[in-house]
Amino acid sequence: MAAKSNANTQSSNAHLTTPTPLTGSEILWATLVGEGVDTVFGYPGGAILPAYDALRKFPIRHVLVRHEQCAAHMADGYARASGKVGVAIATSGPGATNLVTGIATAMLDSIPIVCITGNVSSKVLGTDAFQEVDITGITLPVTKHNFLVSKADDLAHVLRQAFQIARSGRPGPVLVDITKDAQQATAIFDFAAARPRPYRPHPMLRVENSALDHAAELIRSSKRPVILAGHGVMESGAMEQVRALAERAQVPVALTLLGLGGFPASHPLNLGMMGMHGEAWVNHAIQESDLLIACGMRFDDRVTGKLSDYALKAKKIHIEIDPAEINKNVKVDVALVGDLRAVLEELLPRVSARDGSAWLKAIESSKGAVAVRDIKNLPDSGHLYAAHVMHDLWRITGGNAVVVTDVGQHQMWEAQYFHHEQPRSLITSGGLGTMGFALPAAIGAKFACPEKDVWVIAGDGGFQMTAAELATIVQEKLKINIAIINNGYLGMVRQWQEFFYERNYEATPLVSPDFVKLADAHGIPGRAVRTRAEVADAVNEARAAKGAFLLNFLVEKEESVYPMIPAGSALHEMIRRPGKGAKNPLEETAQD
Amino acid sequence: MLHTFVAYVEDLPGVLTRVASLFRRLNININSLTVGRSERQGLSRLTLVCEASAEAGHRIRASLFKLENVVDVDDIAQAPSVTRELALIKVAATPQNRSRIFDLVEVFRARIVDLTSESLMIEMTGVESKIEGLIEVLREDEGRILEICRSGKMTMRRGHHVSSVLKAMGAVEETVAEQNREESQENTLPSTLD
Repeated sequence: MAAKSNANTQSSNAHLTTPTPLTGSEILWATLVGEGVDTVFGYPGGAILPAYDALRKFPIRHVLVRHEQCAAHMADGYARASGKVGVAIATSGPGATNLVTGIATAMLDSIPIVCITGNVSSKVLGTDAFQEVDITGITLPVTKHNFLVSKADDLAHVLRQAFQIARSGRPGPVLVDITKDAQQATAIFDFAAARPRPYRPHPMLRVENSALDHAAELIRSSKRPVILAGHGVMESGAMEQVRALAERAQVPVALTLLGLGGFPASHPLNLGMMGMHGEAWVNHAIQESDLLIACGMRFDDRVTGKLSDYALKAKKIHIEIDPAEINKNVKVDVALVGDLRAVLEELLPRVSARDGSAWLKAIESSKGAVAVRDIKNLPDSGHLYAAHVMHDLWRITGGNAVVVTDVGQHQMWEAQYFHHEQPRSLITSGGLGTMGFALPAAIGAKFACPEKDVWVIAGDGGFQMTAAELATIVQEKLKINIAIINNGYLGMVRQWQEFFYERNYEATPLVSPDFVKLADAHGIPGRAVRTRAEVADAVNEARAAKGAFLLNFLVEKEESVYPMIPAGSALHEMIRRPGKGAKNPLEETAQD
Repeated sequence: MLHTFVAYVEDLPGVLTRVASLFRRLNININSLTVGRSERQGLSRLTLVCEASAEAGHRIRASLFKLENVVDVDDIAQAPSVTRELALIKVAATPQNRSRIFDLVEVFRARIVDLTSESLMIEMTGVESKIEGLIEVLREDEGRILEICRSGKMTMRRGHHVSSVLKAMGAVEETVAEQNREESQENTLPSTLD
């Protein structure tokens, strides 16, 4: 996965130190090199051809995607796995519009990516020229910022600014649209002089001493505190600080979907995932809590349920870098508006050791006979449940993998049964919930950490949305393991139809190709798995395979994700797992 | 409640779209928006008035600041300030009935800025109610008003401005906390003028 070595590497690096006349296309790549980019994901076309023509002179590996949406998802997966800025590139018109879903996915989850699009020449901008589209207009609400560059002279500065915007503060996607004539024109490239203006933190960041004291006092005097840890823990690199706070004050930690991995799953203070498909005891603990310490999370509706019934007994401390998130959904008592890690470092010296045993014991007893009734201890009934697959995958890999999930039931089962110890070990589209995300995002993740095992877990529906990227895996010779959780339905939608639409399974039964044959057509070996007894062997075969491997898990068709809080219900009003003797043999893992 | 935001934004193509798009996304109607050059090179100053809940002010200001081209945002709220609007009103008037309009213009302290044999143009500056008043009186004579052009509201805080504008200009070095205190004091000043 080393960057393409090139005879011109030397000269391109020289550009970074000496002002040199270059074409806009060369400036584009030279600036990317200067910003530390070694891999980009893209698809060529007329309006971006000058840029592609100049690519060979620069030490950047270009990954040819099969659809531009996937280029954005790959950049996104790369960014999530590495913490660096991912880069996607596309041509004008349809190339640019295809990026939009991927950009919105990154926007909703605050992922730093830079998307570069070509556009028609500045002379014909706005004339409905061939493959012209107003992509800066289209992406305005789904980017952190975007630029239209029509002069080669502006390019280096704009690109450097784009990288700064993407990775600073609350990260997000930035799009740079470059006209064809700007790519072709020549300008003096001076990397150092093109540095962006100094980063200006949001002027409403505010961490007052009195607020820190107040927060510490709330923690000291609380009887039933819970830490709510979100994606910000990872983005801020505050894993150690959150852990220190939890351990010192003996506060249990509940995680959002995107927060999984930010606090070790095996830690005794880890409650698990909260929200719509969180375990009953986690949501009960939040509802019973007298103090919520929200760390880098935004009280999303999937996390809170019905707001007017959310954690009514709890005071709330909100530590958050985006001032626009304060009091947006949940009114908080103390707002510490700043970088999570920096805030916690100021807060920690004010927090002293605290006995939390009574509260922890109460939560523990609310779990019920988990150990006895957990799925892993149920006898093999001959059926294959997705939860089995997740549990076995976790057990066999020892959790040492980067798991990239798609969207739907399997995504929730993964979150419930695959236990994440490390940050950036789960990559998933949380905010936008973009089906088709997993396969391309996994390709990006593999480029970010080639030394790690990367597993795609996708449903039969979502997988088909971007299955063409199998060819990209082959072309790039990537070792990625693919697990399709195949139940013949758009499972999560079917589940909603079952619960809320009187089992009217309209448009959810799904015919799929034979995924093993589909993989085979790409030269990727694969295997179908029908019983639990085969799971371990199949997983091991996939892991041992030299290249990519596809497992088609044919699981129970009408299984649902439990527990579930129906949309708009309070956090404690959940649909529990059906009891013994019911069609579903899985037991609820918490007492009522 | 009615919110008034004063913002300094970069004078570049598309910046107004970004500001307007934010309000569109929040499903908030903009009642009035005026934009023009400011005292600061390369920056436009805008006054934006909108109807939104009392709690929305914080989030709108925070969201405006998140726009890369927005340099400063002031939430005027109830702070002492001067708000003015400019109106140009074209009225049908012949030499025979002009004098009545001249009298009205005098009463309202407006000005005649154009005069032809069929019409005249009135320029009027003032608070919204004063302009509404003149228009209402002119309408009493049916068919007299030919065109109305109104600028929308422009707002400026009264007195020495201690908030982030000066800070952004580099004229005042102060901590965020100090600035916050001063702003909250300022907000409590009684509004004796206007």
